[in-house]
Amino acid sequence: MKNTTQTLSRRQILVAGATLSGGMALGLFIPGTARAAAPELEPRYWAEDAPDPREVNAWVVIEPDDSVTLRCPMAEMGQGTGSGLAMLLAEELECRWDNVKVEFASVNRNIRENTLYGDMVAAGSRGIRTTWPYVQQAGASARARLVQAAASKWNVPAAQCEARESKVFHQPSGRSLRYGELVKDAAKIKLSTEPAIKAPEQFKLAGTRQPRLDSAIKSTGQALYGIDTREAGQLYASIMSCPVFGGKLVSVDDSAIQGRRGIKQVVKLDDAVAVVADNYWRANEALKKLKVTWDGGAAAKTDSAQFARDYRDALDGPMVTARNDGDAKSAIAKSAHVVEAVYETPLLAHATMEPCNATVHLQKDRLDVWMGSQSPLQNAKMAAQEAGLKPEQVYFHQLYLGGGFGRRTFGDELRHAVRVAKAGNITQPLQLLWSREQDMRADRYRPQSAIRLKGALSPDGKLEAIFIQSVCGSIQRSTGQKVANGLDPTSLEGIGPSVPYNKVPNWYTGQMLKNTHVPVAYWRSVGGSQNSFYLESFIDELAHAAGKDPLEFRRSLTDRVDSIAVLNKLAEISGWGKPMAAGRGRGISLVENHGAVGGQIAEVTVKPSGEVRVDRVFAATDAYHVVNPNLVDAQIEGGAVFGMSAMLFGEITIQNGAAAQGNFNDYRVARMTDAPEMVTALALTGGRDDKGKPKWGGVGECSTAPIAAAIANAIFAATGKRVRSLPFKNVKLTELSSL
Amino acid sequence: MVTLTVNGQQHQIDVEPEMPLLWALRNEIGLTGTKYGCGIAQCGACTVLMDGHPVRSCMLAVSSVQGREITTIEGLSQNGTLNKVQEAWIAEDVPQCGYCQSGQILSATALLSRTPHPDNSDIDAAMAGNICRCGTYVRIRRAIHRAASDKA
Repeated sequence: MKNTTQTLSRRQILVAGATLSGGMALGLFIPGTARAAAPELEPRYWAEDAPDPREVNAWVVIEPDDSVTLRCPMAEMGQGTGSGLAMLLAEELECRWDNVKVEFASVNRNIRENTLYGDMVAAGSRGIRTTWPYVQQAGASARARLVQAAASKWNVPAAQCEARESKVFHQPSGRSLRYGELVKDAAKIKLSTEPAIKAPEQFKLAGTRQPRLDSAIKSTGQALYGIDTREAGQLYASIMSCPVFGGKLVSVDDSAIQGRRGIKQVVKLDDAVAVVADNYWRANEALKKLKVTWDGGAAAKTDSAQFARDYRDALDGPMVTARNDGDAKSAIAKSAHVVEAVYETPLLAHATMEPCNATVHLQKDRLDVWMGSQSPLQNAKMAAQEAGLKPEQVYFHQLYLGGGFGRRTFGDELRHAVRVAKAGNITQPLQLLWSREQDMRADRYRPQSAIRLKGALSPDGKLEAIFIQSVCGSIQRSTGQKVANGLDPTSLEGIGPSVPYNKVPNWYTGQMLKNTHVPVAYWRSVGGSQNSFYLESFIDELAHAAGKDPLEFRRSLTDRVDSIAVLNKLAEISGWGKPMAAGRGRGISLVENHGAVGGQIAEVTVKPSGEVRVDRVFAATDAYHVVNPNLVDAQIEGGAVFGMSAMLFGEITIQNGAAAQGNFNDYRVARMTDAPEMVTALALTGGRDDKGKPKWGGVGECSTAPIAAAIANAIFAATGKRVRSLPFKNVKLTELSSL
Repeated sequence: MVTLTVNGQQHQIDVEPEMPLLWALRNEIGLTGTKYGCGIAQCGACTVLMDGHPVRSCMLAVSSVQGREITTIEGLSQNGTLNKVQEAWIAEDVPQCGYCQSGQILSATALLSRTPHPDNSDIDAAMAGNICRCGTYVRIRRAIHRAASDKA
């Protein structure tokens, strides 16, 4: 099928703009020339799997005309790493930024060439903060080869040569050569030692505010997502998993779909049934008409109300010690002023805008995969195993991801596609697309948890001890990873070691991991999504109990430069302390999440009916160093809305062992009408870690973690009522007693 | 046979009359810029313009749109020129994952054609049907104001 889309590159758009408005083209987009000079991401962006003869190394391709292609090892799911990593590469390569294209590094090549592109896992806010050493090295290495190639040509020492703006210069003789003239020789050069990489203080491009590279293709419908794959002869499948997690398929009566147009076959798996057709709609309509019998086993008798009781009851049971500073237990026992509270949070779905899907073409000695994945290398290896092939026989074509948030790491949709293709002996390309209902009901959710917090205050209102008992679903256990010593770091994030405070003398955190048959997994900000709500709400309770200002109270708990920088920035941008009208309130929250410190202040209006509107959010972030403040701002804005959506509305409930919600009509998410105004600011403290390496924090999640507590604390400021159970939609504020 | 007019072009397609326009566009005509998000007109990812009005193509049978002018995201830019909403979207770097943005842009285009200078409550009302899970609402709002201000 021909795609009739017209291809518009950002540059063509600009040219068109110039014709329209006569010379005003640059002003059409944003002030300054940065917009016009922006490189681009291509609508289809996976790299070829064979080495390109124009490569300087596996990361950099240079054409004779000096145009540069940079290879990005991370998925682009909106987080902007496709733009950020390209900037880091270009920074070291010393190439012109206006002549760059970016493509996604070949997964197959990564398998064959000893994972030269790293693990390719775009999760855990790792896009920049764990990849910068090897991405910078790749760029520096390519630059050193180009310089060496020029030096050899001129027969001068390389040390006399300098690379900039896609050229190598020899100052003493005034000679220069373009990268395009050097690339052939450069590719043959073997460096005796790898060049040093730049320190962030030496950056010229990285660290500056730049447009993202995919705005144009994503504003014209051209960006290709997994769901947009259209291969010749492609078939489509819709699948339904056993509604009760872990249950089995018993039987399928397909008499109702006999003779329906376009239906190719019904494929039965152990725990799911799929219909294959020539059009997705036909497949999905037929799937809905099947009469399916499932065996959900004992889990089919479970529900959320019971789970919630079980989690709360387990708070009184044994705990595994995760953190134990000083003697929190006796400090609490001796204190005359103890504050205590129990909090809880539900399961949450990811609900990415693009439902999970994978297109596969399974042949005797080769498997092609087209999908958007946060973990394409692992997914490709898994698919090889499912298909009975070697990993290097899998060709994984990475597409844009219509949202990830942790969901697109496991490859569940790919496993389905390979299994259906295999069981159905399907020799054509097959696109398996989860309906929204399948996507929501077969998700791996943010774990459910309950927590009890105790705090001891001195007579003058100092926090002497924190004592935490947490019961939480283990992601490691649910995803088949090893759980060491009964503790799961993902469930501890935000209450264990990773908190922004260092001056609480006695601190105990105990945890009991408690799983049900419901699968749980990473959900944007992971443990912080619930633990930061707990701890930061409780710190607010303590501040009020101590009669202290919540921002100043937090300041008294830490002398970390990052935490203090964020608190100072928040105070500066928010007008903290200024009086607010009746019915309005302001709440603060401070977290450490995925290597960065994020703070937020929410302003809310509470109507007499108890309805809450989040009016404005101020966010300050210390990620130490950042590549592109424009995209960091976008992550902070979006992360806060994502967390706010969960705080206000997000909840998956279990009935008869299955998820009760299946679509956006019963799983409510934030809409334009809910969106607050946002004011974001960076509070970067730079610095080096204990090994002397520059510190880099992640920014994809540190804005999701703080928002729930900031809103709850603002509601308290407005009403004197404490929200301790989420989502807020279930809270009847008018019936809640004031504290 | 059903005749559809999409982006000024006529397409004759051999499909069931009840097939939703979304799947005719994506699977039969090959225009994949219009996205599937929910199938029940709750998320707006499938928004297209029908005679200039925003509609959810996932619940609109092809038989009901014969004789109507359908505009998809691919039809908004003509001869290499973007419409002002797209220009504003790029200027504000609105998209993150980008999946919902075709629908957002078409809803915003329809809003501006009937309300050239919308205030925030106009924007809320017109855009409430389009979900963005990345949370780009702040920039969408800004981009709509930019497009309305002629400086886009």
